[in-house]
Amino acid sequence: MLNHTPLAIQERSALRINPAKTCQPIGALYAALGIHRCLPYSHGSQGCCSYHRSHLTRHFKEPVMAATSSFTEGASVFGGQPNLLQGLNTVFTTYNPDIVAVHTTCLSETIGDDIPQIVGEARSQGLIPDGKFVIHANTPSYVGSHVIGFSNMCVAMAKYFATAVDTSRRRSTDKTQVNIVPGFVDPSDMRELRRLAESMGLRVSMFPDTAGVMDAPQTGKHVFYPDGGTTVEELKNLGRGVATLGLGWFASREAAVEVENRAHVPRELLDLPIGVAATDRFLEVLRFRGGTITADIERERGQLVDLIVDTQLHFQGKKVAIFGDPDHVLSLTEFCRDLGMIPVHILTGTPGKQFDRRAKEILGTKFDQTNVKRDSDLFLLHQLIKNEPVDLLLGNTYGKYIARAEDIPFVRVGWPILDRAGHSLLPTLGYNGAVRLVSRMLDALLDRRDRDAPDHEFELVL
Amino acid sequence: MSEVLAARARQVTRSGDGKAPIDCEKQSVAGSVSQRACTFCGSRVVLYPIADALHLVHGPIGCAVYTWDIRGALSSGPELHRLSFSTDLRERHVVFGGERQLTESLLELIERHHPNAAFVYGTCIVGVIGDDLPAVCKSVSEQTGIPVIPVQSEGFQGSKKQGYDAACEALLALIGTGDTTGISTHSVNILGDFNLAGEIWIITEYLKRMGVEVVANLTGDGRVADIRRAHGASLNLVQCSGSTTKLAMKMQAIYGIPFKKVSYFGIDDMAGALYAIAEHFKDPELLRRTRELVAEEIAQTLPVVEDCRRDLEGKRAAIYVGGAFKAISLVKALRLLGMTTVLVGSQTGTPEDYEYLTELCDPGTVIVDDSNPAELSTFLAEGKADLFIGGVKERPLAYKLGVAFCDHNHERKLPLEGFIGMANFAREVRGSVCSPVWQFAPRHQSAALGTDKEL
Repeated sequence: MLNHTPLAIQERSALRINPAKTCQPIGALYAALGIHRCLPYSHGSQGCCSYHRSHLTRHFKEPVMAATSSFTEGASVFGGQPNLLQGLNTVFTTYNPDIVAVHTTCLSETIGDDIPQIVGEARSQGLIPDGKFVIHANTPSYVGSHVIGFSNMCVAMAKYFATAVDTSRRRSTDKTQVNIVPGFVDPSDMRELRRLAESMGLRVSMFPDTAGVMDAPQTGKHVFYPDGGTTVEELKNLGRGVATLGLGWFASREAAVEVENRAHVPRELLDLPIGVAATDRFLEVLRFRGGTITADIERERGQLVDLIVDTQLHFQGKKVAIFGDPDHVLSLTEFCRDLGMIPVHILTGTPGKQFDRRAKEILGTKFDQTNVKRDSDLFLLHQLIKNEPVDLLLGNTYGKYIARAEDIPFVRVGWPILDRAGHSLLPTLGYNGAVRLVSRMLDALLDRRDRDAPDHEFELVL
Repeated sequence: MSEVLAARARQVTRSGDGKAPIDCEKQSVAGSVSQRACTFCGSRVVLYPIADALHLVHGPIGCAVYTWDIRGALSSGPELHRLSFSTDLRERHVVFGGERQLTESLLELIERHHPNAAFVYGTCIVGVIGDDLPAVCKSVSEQTGIPVIPVQSEGFQGSKKQGYDAACEALLALIGTGDTTGISTHSVNILGDFNLAGEIWIITEYLKRMGVEVVANLTGDGRVADIRRAHGASLNLVQCSGSTTKLAMKMQAIYGIPFKKVSYFGIDDMAGALYAIAEHFKDPELLRRTRELVAEEIAQTLPVVEDCRRDLEGKRAAIYVGGAFKAISLVKALRLLGMTTVLVGSQTGTPEDYEYLTELCDPGTVIVDDSNPAELSTFLAEGKADLFIGGVKERPLAYKLGVAFCDHNHERKLPLEGFIGMANFAREVRGSVCSPVWQFAPRHQSAALGTDKEL
């Protein structure tokens, strides 16, 4: 299928081939699913919402509920106000959410619908019942990527609810509350972050939190709003936190900044805790903010370190290509470097100079030996790999074409994973996540070694 | 009917309740959790299986991503259709227009991949920012010498149905431009089959055995050169009536080619389709070969069906698919497996489709148009369904309710058309309905809407 990819790389100014990103609204929709009893709402044509729901369902293997303004020709000419008014009325009378999170699309952005004004109109018309909330994020599809859409909806959560808490109204529990913006990660990862922080004696306000929503157990019923998700109450109390940890610059920075600006809670910006070093830094910040590193956590770390020591010879000097969402790629790059691998190509579809800046910090003197590409696509990644082959490919499902064409061991990590299951239940983040990652990378490398070994070199013990 | 949106009450009916005909072909209510897609989606799914054409999505990145290789529309040769090409419009293009971007992209792609034609899909904002798609296509076509066809499929025009129409217009731009010499009098075009899991190859093989020439596939495993000479065929076979009936009607008007609506799902409808084709050509030899073929195939299929029927007798099924014509075949196929249908619905059925379904189904069967998850799960629980047949958005719903599932949409992995397809369908349904996993999975704990206070 990829026999169309030529070796020679030419500059392309006007064209994306096999994208390594998608549009903002799907990120906003996913983030909104992480609010308790929230119905995400897509203000645009009904195809957008349908595509986002299908795509998220393919990754999470869960039903995804979201409503749409179902734009028509008329809306595209005269504006979408009537659709949003009717839509909000339908949503509250039929689906009874506690909160609706509206995001825009390229269409409603281009025609210039003013969401706060329309929501204000809905409120004055009595379409929004008392005690119910409507928040919004502008998510033009022609800016940024799905990661930025996720970030924008996280910012909206902070913008609508976070407020400063007077010293006089402080509770004794406040000094153990940390806020965490987990980034565009799986519910398994959010669960793991919470477990780690809570085991350190901290109270966690995580937003968004899709654990319990997008990894719901089979119960024999379809629950429209599963139990999980950040409550509005929690969002209103973000100001009580001792810090807001934003995990991943691209997905979480802006929301942590927003909480700081509105509620005067200091922000702590960290990489996504993938691998030993990044998880160490995450826990170190939690410790600094009042948590205690427990013996269990030390054991988990020790086991991970034991595993990478035991297996380091297999990783030593192996060339790896990493692609996907920028926060994932950066942390994976650091972890691969720490395992003794050589990150030869790292690539993201999301634009933003911070990708190069952080890559430079992580790779140090080896930065020049790595192809660092942002705002790019998988056609280019394939060309890069053809020009400089690798031993391992790390990335989302879309990497399978390249892995097959070039016969490269491939480990699926990130979003979306459309052809495997289990990722929403088993974490990639934290020490436990790293154990799973190392184990899968090792499987991929050694399965390949076994497959390719001539009979006399095919060994029982590796 | 408290459990459905009040405004939707007329889009739900029950077979045998003597109610007024179902209200369909209308816009979804704003704010509903509709399972429907958009115009762009409709055009894209119809045209994308043309494997030696370039398919360029003109718009922001999402529209290209969500339609990138999501259907297993197999090709026996080129696979250019499986790549994702997008102009990836940015803010500056929204302000200043994206025509230059589009021209450059087309020229570069055509130079590199040498496609036999190019389709350019207009998405929502292209309609709003006012890019002149036809003008760009015309100019690039003149420069490159290949047909470059605009597909006016702005998403806001409606549901998939409007997209089907735009796709038909695009196909009509190709049809009639090729040489038709040497085409047999016993010849057909296959319309509305997208070669999921290789299904069109099964149908083509039957036709070959009957002695019928296939001129063009529209569009599964489709080729530009074949489509250009499609007007030379004597008959159009229309499956997936929703997507290509309009095309067949236009080809009849322009080229005088008659068409037959057929379905390749289930033994009855498959055999019926082949006989209808044979009778059309009024050739006794062809009819004899068809009888032999049908007898031979049924003899191989029936034992499988009967074997599966032993386990499935009396089980209850629910159907929610894109097109109503397919739903009709499924009701019949399920009956052959001894199963009853408690719910049947589609995203884009016509009044005639629903009228026929109402007659066909047992009294009490719920019939819905443009449904939503809350409604579907209510009816699944109410009808105590053991099996749900649907697409990607319906699958997790079924599984959450502890109901077996069969994908009869673009994520099916086994061919379900033809006689062999009926055997595959029977095995897949039995496999899912009788899976040992259900012993651990509670079924139908409560209806989601109306009775579930949690909502």
